[in-house]
Amino acid sequence: MNAPDTDSTAALAAAIAAADRAAIAQALNLLDDRRPVAREQAAALLGLLQRDQDRAGGHLIGITGPPGAGKSTLSAALIRVWRRRGLRVAVLAVDPSSPLSGGALLGDRLRMQTSAEDDGVFVRSLSNRGQFGGLSAEVWPMSVVMLAGFDIVLIETVGVGQREVDVSRLCDTTCYVAQPGSGDSVQFLKAGILEVPHILVVNKADMGAVATRTLSELSSALKRTHPDGDWQVPVLATSAASDDGVEALADALEQHYQLLLSQQRLSQRRRHYQSYWLHKRLLEEFGSFGIERLGGEQQLLAQIESQPMNLYHQYQTLRQRLYTAFHDINS
Amino acid sequence: MSQDTEKRDRPWLMRTYSGHSSAKASNELYRTNLSRGQTGLSVAFDLPTQTGYDSDHPLARGEVGKVGVPINHIGDMEALFDQIPLGQMNTSMTINATAPWLLALYVAVAERQGVDPAQLQGTTQNDVLKEYLSRGTYIFPPAPSVRLTTDLIAYTVQNIPKWNPTNICSYHLQEAGATPTQELAYALSTATAILDAVQASGQIPPDRFTDVVGRISFFVNAGIRFVEETCKLRAFGRMWDTLTRERYGVTDEKQRRFRYGVQVNSLGLTESQPENNVQRIVLEMLSVTLSKNARARAIQLPAWNEALGLPRPWDQQWALRMQQVLALETDLLEYGDLLDGSPVVEAKVQALIDGAHEEMARVEAHGGMVACIDNGYVKRELVQSHTRRMRSIESGDLKIVGVNCYQESAESPLTAGEESGIMRVDERAERDQIASLQAFRDTRDNSQVQQALQALRDAASDGSNIMPPSIQCARVGVTTGEWSEVLREVFGEYRAPTGIDISPVEGSDSDALEGVRNRVRRTGEELGRPLRLLIGKPGLDGHSNGAEQIAVKGRDAGFEIVYEGIRLTPAQIARAAQEEGVHLIGLSVLSGSHLELVEDINRELDRIGATGIPLVIGGIIPEEDARQLQQQGLKAVFTPKDVDMNTIMNTMVTIIREANGLEPAA
Repeated sequence: MNAPDTDSTAALAAAIAAADRAAIAQALNLLDDRRPVAREQAAALLGLLQRDQDRAGGHLIGITGPPGAGKSTLSAALIRVWRRRGLRVAVLAVDPSSPLSGGALLGDRLRMQTSAEDDGVFVRSLSNRGQFGGLSAEVWPMSVVMLAGFDIVLIETVGVGQREVDVSRLCDTTCYVAQPGSGDSVQFLKAGILEVPHILVVNKADMGAVATRTLSELSSALKRTHPDGDWQVPVLATSAASDDGVEALADALEQHYQLLLSQQRLSQRRRHYQSYWLHKRLLEEFGSFGIERLGGEQQLLAQIESQPMNLYHQYQTLRQRLYTAFHDINS
Repeated sequence: MSQDTEKRDRPWLMRTYSGHSSAKASNELYRTNLSRGQTGLSVAFDLPTQTGYDSDHPLARGEVGKVGVPINHIGDMEALFDQIPLGQMNTSMTINATAPWLLALYVAVAERQGVDPAQLQGTTQNDVLKEYLSRGTYIFPPAPSVRLTTDLIAYTVQNIPKWNPTNICSYHLQEAGATPTQELAYALSTATAILDAVQASGQIPPDRFTDVVGRISFFVNAGIRFVEETCKLRAFGRMWDTLTRERYGVTDEKQRRFRYGVQVNSLGLTESQPENNVQRIVLEMLSVTLSKNARARAIQLPAWNEALGLPRPWDQQWALRMQQVLALETDLLEYGDLLDGSPVVEAKVQALIDGAHEEMARVEAHGGMVACIDNGYVKRELVQSHTRRMRSIESGDLKIVGVNCYQESAESPLTAGEESGIMRVDERAERDQIASLQAFRDTRDNSQVQQALQALRDAASDGSNIMPPSIQCARVGVTTGEWSEVLREVFGEYRAPTGIDISPVEGSDSDALEGVRNRVRRTGEELGRPLRLLIGKPGLDGHSNGAEQIAVKGRDAGFEIVYEGIRLTPAQIARAAQEEGVHLIGLSVLSGSHLELVEDINRELDRIGATGIPLVIGGIIPEEDARQLQQQGLKAVFTPKDVDMNTIMNTMVTIIREANGLEPAA
């Protein structure tokens, strides 16, 4: 295997930290690249990105909900609010792919509802690529790169089931957008199929009575204190079409972020959640046999969380161990 | 001689859809056409005029005077009708989002000519709903668009009684892929949505509402399956008669008549062996004239070379002569209805009516026609139908002579010669138009302009009829861009659903597709990640069939597709390509502004450092331009000749392989 070019990787990391759009786009391509030499460079790049979990910085937000709930329109409205507040925003939109051809239709109306001339907004779409219902493993490192260059990183996906669980195990704050008039969200919450989000939104509040009913059903179905503790889950009404309630939603997202910061829980949460993704990525690269070589899932997760080391350095180190191990087996 | 021959019917209105370069050049063309026996005018406006931009707006670059005439202000409109007395003319204007504005200019010019506006005759197309589904010259969200439509209708019914305020179009639905059943269903659903909106607006006293119903006319398409098309028009007539009687209580039979104009199909016209289009056009004209009880009121025929580029005056004259031969030389107009009583025709008509009723019920179930624009139901149905059509052309089930069978041909003398058989718009037209616009602005009384714009803003906000303040704007020299900008501020802008999120259509799988799919997958593996393709529709042109079909096919072939709809700026396209990390950009341009747009996109890509992404283009692109584009670095130019989309996909894979240093043919 060719060794990655350390000079160019360092230059790339520096450009990302300076929020260079071309560099960020290039890094996202790299993180998507499954060739061994690219994986090597990706690991090196992640190791170099100094914005680690100990430094307060960007806010990683997940928005999920059933199809047709108006997530894209709501996201676009939120972006407008954030831009007015002077915040720079990156979006990772995850779309389903065709199981048959592997092809996918990416992107939706989100990019076009924000200004194309605005350097403070960056949108990358990602197809789900037949992951077993969950989010593909690229989402984690991509969000890391985006956090290095933007104040807010938004992950938007159709989510119920594993994908929604995955989002809630990645983001600092998760927001679930329910469809007015559909009892599904209420049922999912009651049945515990849905992870409890930090914020619940009923969008399309302009639908009137239907929306009001859904709002009150959700409010009563939900235990108002989040399992994280110390957080009362707000149930908000928005109308992305008229921007009503969108400022309030942006405020609620910010409040949750401030809570995490003030209790110094942000880094702990990220470490906890990211170890899950680190495991997921290693599993995807090296299979369950690789995870066994590292002592099995439980031990691996415990070990990752206990070490003070930068997670991406750990990722790199673990990969090296596995390569050495596989090399030993083969030779 | 029979009694019938003595009462030979009067021929329909004969028009040619035309306009280009400038008001002055178009005026000369109109006067020539009228002197050759044309009996009405059909004005084609350029895309900036249709989408509410002045000729000097950045988005107008390359589009001024291309697909029609640029009209910025009353001076342009006056020049367009110079020496054409509006009191005696019947003028059809293909205008939608800015229809109230162009009618206001027409009224103001009539005033200047000393003609009482109440005497004016003609048509404003004024059917915005179909713009969201096909053609794409909408500006505002559906609700305020419908409001503008109803304002124009209410105004003309009361003030310009002989005007046809709206021409509900099934024409463009067929172009977007509609089957005859869908054409019937969506056009009639649109008509009822508009009539209901007029009724709900309260602008018309209930006892005059049947006058509104009586002024609704239609603009229909006729394809090559001319028996079915004739039946479709009989079905239209019967369904409209029933609908107006039952839903709106119209008792006067004349007010229930299905009045329609027609342009025959340009979708089915071919670039290969284009002379064959002549017989296609003639057969299609038969379908709208054969049955006296379902005969068109006005006909305009496309020119034989529309798939090649802009037709020349001679090409348009040929199209007019086809109508004259049918109307004047043949005995068609001497007889009553030829098809009445035919059981074959009757069965077909009934089947179409039944199918249309079922589809109309589905539209209702999805919330009605206006809701169906925003929720994407109708657009998806159209994309699905069009995809089916494309698949059957690919498989050869649907035969197109010269395209997928009998492709061998002697060289055509028609397309030989320096011009290659098409017209070129004078390159100076855009510059001259901009200069004259800037000079015009200096001659206006600015306080009058501001006052008129404020009155327009007030009417837009408070819901009073938009026509009177628009006419005042026209009189004092407000420009198209200014009028539209005020309404954009009040109503906002809109992006319609693309409709490409359909399930793969049956029969899509073929060995050819499987072959492409393997190459896409293998190349993705070699490059480390799935192949990504950005499909961009730059410029103001909204003909999105091609882009949509490439998107659907690309998805089925295994590409990850980024397609974000029509009317993107070069900056938006360049930026999306970079942010999404695509392997190739495919552009679609049909308005003739490809040279300028490609130049701008290349510049934007350079500016943001997104270099090295190969670019291909599809559209109506003359050969000479294709060569020039390839010199500018474009890797492939696809035209209507390239009907096999598997081949297009394969070419794109090869280009991606080449650009990334892989063995191209593998």
